[in-house]
Amino acid sequence: MFKRNLQNKLAAALAVVTLGFSLIAPVKADEAADKGYEIAARSDRSDLGFTSSEVTAVMTLTNSAGNTSTREMYFKTLEKENEEVGDKSLTVFETPRDVQGTALLSHAKILEADDQWLYLPALKRVKRISSTNKSGPFVGSEFAFEDFTSTELNKYDYKFIGEDEFDGMKVDVVERFPRYENSGYVRQIALVDQEVFQVRKIDFYDRKNSLLKTLTLKDYREYEGGVWRAHELEMVNHQTGKSTTLSYGDYSFKTGLQDNDFVKGVLKRIR
Amino acid sequence: MPKTMTAMDEFAVRLAKFVIGHRWLVIFATLLTTAAVTYGAQFLQMSNNYRDFFSESNPELQAFEEFQGTYTKNDNFFFTIVPEEGDVFTAETLALVEELTTEAWQIPFSLRVDSVTNFQHTWADEDDLIVEDLVKGAESLTAEELAEKSQVAITEPLLRDQLVARDGRAIAVNVVLQYPQVDPFEVPQAVEYARTLRADLLQKYPGHKIYMTGVSMLNMAFQEAGMKDVMTMIPLMYGLLLLLMAVTVRSIAGTLVTLLMIAFASMIGMGAAGFYGVALTPIALSAPTIILTLAIADAVHILITMRNSMKAGMTKRDALIEAVRVNFLAVMITSLTTAIGFLALNFGDAPPFWHLGNISAVGIVAAWAMSVTFLPAMMSLLPVRAPKLAAANENNFFARLADFVVAHNKKLFYGIGAFAIVLISAVPQIEFNDQWTEYFDESIEFRRDSDASTEYFGFYPIEFSVLAKGEGGVSEPEFLQKLDEFTQFLRQQPNVTHVYSLTDIMKRLNRNMHADEASWYKLPDDRELSAQYLLLYELSLPYGLDLNDRVNIDKSATRVTATLTNTSTLETKVFLDAARGWITENAPEYMQATVPTSAQVMFTYVAERNVESMIAGNIIAIVAIGIVMMFALKSARLGALSMVPNGLPIVVAFGAWALMVGTVGFSVAAVASVSLGIVVDDTVHFLAKYVRGIREKGYDRAGAIKYAFETVGMALVVNTVILVIGFAYLATSHFKMNADMGLLTALAITFALLFDFLFLPALMLRGSGKLISGQKDDSEGVQQNVQTQPAE
Repeated sequence: MFKRNLQNKLAAALAVVTLGFSLIAPVKADEAADKGYEIAARSDRSDLGFTSSEVTAVMTLTNSAGNTSTREMYFKTLEKENEEVGDKSLTVFETPRDVQGTALLSHAKILEADDQWLYLPALKRVKRISSTNKSGPFVGSEFAFEDFTSTELNKYDYKFIGEDEFDGMKVDVVERFPRYENSGYVRQIALVDQEVFQVRKIDFYDRKNSLLKTLTLKDYREYEGGVWRAHELEMVNHQTGKSTTLSYGDYSFKTGLQDNDFVKGVLKRIR
Repeated sequence: MPKTMTAMDEFAVRLAKFVIGHRWLVIFATLLTTAAVTYGAQFLQMSNNYRDFFSESNPELQAFEEFQGTYTKNDNFFFTIVPEEGDVFTAETLALVEELTTEAWQIPFSLRVDSVTNFQHTWADEDDLIVEDLVKGAESLTAEELAEKSQVAITEPLLRDQLVARDGRAIAVNVVLQYPQVDPFEVPQAVEYARTLRADLLQKYPGHKIYMTGVSMLNMAFQEAGMKDVMTMIPLMYGLLLLLMAVTVRSIAGTLVTLLMIAFASMIGMGAAGFYGVALTPIALSAPTIILTLAIADAVHILITMRNSMKAGMTKRDALIEAVRVNFLAVMITSLTTAIGFLALNFGDAPPFWHLGNISAVGIVAAWAMSVTFLPAMMSLLPVRAPKLAAANENNFFARLADFVVAHNKKLFYGIGAFAIVLISAVPQIEFNDQWTEYFDESIEFRRDSDASTEYFGFYPIEFSVLAKGEGGVSEPEFLQKLDEFTQFLRQQPNVTHVYSLTDIMKRLNRNMHADEASWYKLPDDRELSAQYLLLYELSLPYGLDLNDRVNIDKSATRVTATLTNTSTLETKVFLDAARGWITENAPEYMQATVPTSAQVMFTYVAERNVESMIAGNIIAIVAIGIVMMFALKSARLGALSMVPNGLPIVVAFGAWALMVGTVGFSVAAVASVSLGIVVDDTVHFLAKYVRGIREKGYDRAGAIKYAFETVGMALVVNTVILVIGFAYLATSHFKMNADMGLLTALAITFALLFDFLFLPALMLRGSGKLISGQKDDSEGVQQNVQTQPAE
């Protein structure tokens, strides 16, 4: 009983504080949506024109007991400038050795299931995977496909929340609501810095609106043409205590990749 | 006043005089102390976690915690859906399941939902691999489609008998939760949500039954059973106590003061537990009932002596002082020994028994302190009528009983001795059974729902983390082959309803990748292929499902779950031994360390863990009490002899239980400790009076026995009746552990009185020796020597 009372009091106090806050800084719904969209668009467009990129990454999984496991992969991405169309990407697994050469080709869609093809070298066959599971975990990690395949602007509706400080930077706080029907999230809260307009941190809220995960993006580096990339991504699952870090090597941009490097046929020729 | 006053007597008299002289101070100090300690009660929390029954150092708990750290936590809700008629593959029932599957994501702390509808059905269409929910949009499915879904579900090894009954009569939804464990209201909050969800669905889809089981419901049941006991039992206990006091002490003032004293003692016990930060289980919640029962004993002894003294013509003040003097030693020893008995519960492995023991010990000590301070202070204040000087009818009965016992001491000694030996020889027949569903009686929803659910599905999961050789080792063909053999072995064991194994997933994927040809439903024979299938499988899983639930992160071990039907502890042990045996004999070196684990495994061994340690604890307690008795009675020999009537009734009660009931939960481990102190109580009072009879009154043994009967016989009978009623009343608990404990303790107390009246005197005549009597051996021909005098 005692605890519950305390909770009620806390909730009441919180309500007063948030109410007070919203009175001080009144933002109309439409304005907030527009401003949120603008911030996201500025962030998304800041790397417009990278055309294509290639990078290696090491993924480290940690479970709640503290055990870890790593896998290495190679990403190739082809930018689609049209904001209504998703990017194309190719993921090739390099370690563990058992899965070396296994490759996943993905044509991201904005609001529908992605098109995916998988090549299993041991089977020497390409399989098209028909699945609506964008929100499923990516190879046992805490990243879902929808978290990191791309941050396409039109995947979300936006709402500007306010400004804050994060890690010594002034940031805009933007709430975003997935438009994809099968998304695993009801909302996300993204922090975008005001200097170079990059996403620094995202809180993910699950279908019951509980905080599920936090993604922190660190080690941003600027490449030619004002393109920024984070080289250390850490995703922590608050509910299970598991976490995943993705460490990227140096990016290569404009490597001459074409649409025909992202067709089913190339998968077999990877190794 | 008798001519010979011991130092203890003098102290008691000084104390009584002080207390009566400063009664307002004493009353005020009592109230203040009670209020201060009771303040701690606000920190008390109800336990809603079965893990509270295991100490941190319990090896089965540690193994299971480690297992859960590697895979997924196994807190869950298990919804069993049964249509009133027909099978579950109707548009309506599947729509219910589909809706429940979606809505279950809204249950607070839910992490994962598994059902037939969101089962990831994989199939091949030429070079396409299609991964989809088995049932989507159930309402608009045609009869043909329903038949097809039914076919898939019932032939799928991951679903059959796990989430859908083989005969299609029932279907289930499993929701896995992970509680942050920071707030005691997490479980009730989730349960409340789940219950509302069920009520809504039942309204929307009439003609169905939905049963809720799973670990979360079990945890809730612990809390609800405890609450139910508190709400119904404690008020009734106080009512019963009032009645008993009115009958025995026959004084309104005495009853009132006793009532206050007991309430204060309970409050102090619970308040102290609050400061200690205890999570209350139904077991710990029986402490107030036990304190109440025991505290009455102290009060009854003092009030009855007071009444008798007033009857004999003393003033109220003198009678009070005399009552404190005569009972001070006995009440102190019994309180001390009872507290020691309860503290011995700390030797067990189960924290709820530590709490029960410590709360009761604090309460008992508080009750004792109040019985020699607060009680006389209050009594001196309140009006007490001197009872009429009636003929001592009751004493006549006890005098006759004493004569009888002394006359037939030989027959009684051997007769009761033989009776005890027969019962004791039955003790090894007791079978331990700790099936957690059966901890609760049918008035608890969890018990009813689990009884209904077990008609269709298994109930007790046993987990194995099957170890492979090094990172990625689960893909090794040799490993998968062994895993498959192990899976087949488990499926053949009796009481196993379902086995969830990676091999079934591997076989299915292999078939899918070969255009669904039935001949490819077999394990891949290439490590790289298996590893790539696993990667494919990982990539195809939807939100909330992940491979980590089945394979550890570096893929060096995989989880196999065997689900058992409602199985006794003994049968579970047979199963566990068989599984361990298979591993020892058949598993390769790297797989040898694979062990079974789960809540069921923890409960299977909980009896052994507790019984062994509590037996050790009790032996220590009996010896400690024996030493206390040696000092108190100033006789090493009597102290040593006292261990016989102290230990015997408990063992005999176990024997009687073995013959009458047979099975028992691990709560019996507590019975010895709980009853020990009470059993000792009888012996102490009897022996204290016996020794007083010899040393103070100068009787011979037979005379001293008669003196003891006359002075404490009535009080012992009254006490035993109160205690037996109190403990037998625990049998009405909704929690079987309390019920068993109550009944067994009542049995032990009854035997204790029997032994003290019929066996102890015979033992004294034989064994108490010359040390105390200083007279010639009088065990023969005692009939002639009996002297009787009315008690003072």
